Amino acid sequence: MAYDYEKSIRPGKLPHIWCPGCGHGIVMKGLIRAMDTCELDRNNTAIVSGIGCASRLPGYLDACTLHTAHGRAAAFATGVKMAKPEMTVICCGGDGDGTAIGGNHFIHACRRNINMTYVIMNNFIYGMTGGQFSPCTPTGMKASTTPYGNPDPVFDISKLAIGAGATFVARTTAAHPREIDKLIAQGIKHNGMSIIEVLDDCPTSYGRRNKFRSVVDMMKRLKKDAVPAKAAAKMTPEQLEGKFLTGVLYHDNEKAEYTEQYAALIKRVQEGA
Amino acid sequence: MSGARIEVIERNCKACSICAEFCPKDVLEMDVFVVKVVKPEDCIKCMQCELLCPDFAIKVHDA
Repeated sequence: MAYDYEKSIRPGKLPHIWCPGCGHGIVMKGLIRAMDTCELDRNNTAIVSGIGCASRLPGYLDACTLHTAHGRAAAFATGVKMAKPEMTVICCGGDGDGTAIGGNHFIHACRRNINMTYVIMNNFIYGMTGGQFSPCTPTGMKASTTPYGNPDPVFDISKLAIGAGATFVARTTAAHPREIDKLIAQGIKHNGMSIIEVLDDCPTSYGRRNKFRSVVDMMKRLKKDAVPAKAAAKMTPEQLEGKFLTGVLYHDNEKAEYTEQYAALIKRVQEGA
Repeated sequence: MSGARIEVIERNCKACSICAEFCPKDVLEMDVFVVKVVKPEDCIKCMQCELLCPDFAIKVHDA
């Protein structure tokens, strides 16, 4: 009945470093279940991350893991996939790591449509570095560097990924744990760039500054504002004000995958020589 | 419903109270530094506590 997560975690690594109530732990559980669903061979699975709270995740998992420079998870993962196309590559990172510091790597990995799964944990803030605002901090919300409210408009990670050329884009929240593993498993099975955006909570750096009473308050807010993409089709723009869509937002099986294209190129040139 | 055996791994629990708040049957209750199982016989095995625990601290076993 109880799920055996311990077999996928390096011995002696728990309890993890994340704050009480941090959603990253829920996402890690979802990732473990998704990896089990896809029956991935741990010796042939690379989990790559950058820097930040969310990027601590691979350190706990029993697989081939790579902890890289800030924002460069997608770049290193592209290298791993190009060198060993038979490997399953999964990237993990936060919103600041993925879309601000690593923004260019992120969009170019999407553009190439290389076969990997990028799990972006969007907690609306830079948690580890001291609570600075990120491109995903909602307008008007407070961070350590925007004490009077954030004046900037927000990045929509899923729309950015669709626009940049990713072929499987889905969004869910930490308050929907069953959906997390379902979507990550679909992303792993998809042949092409899969972006799974998971909205979660940062009680320490974000919740505390923005008058959320507790972790549970943040989780309930995520649950309340989530609208499944299918249900949203029948709703008016007024009803969707302040909400966000969840589920599979974009899926395209037609676009060519990058490592296959590259192998074909090598074959063509070698045969031509 | 015969209930379930709920195991709390106290070493991992950080008392965030997510499990206790999301439990539909109030099976769990917060102590100061750890969650306590108070009514295991009421458990309907919805698994919400196990799925939502960020700290790998709760396991729901068959009774």
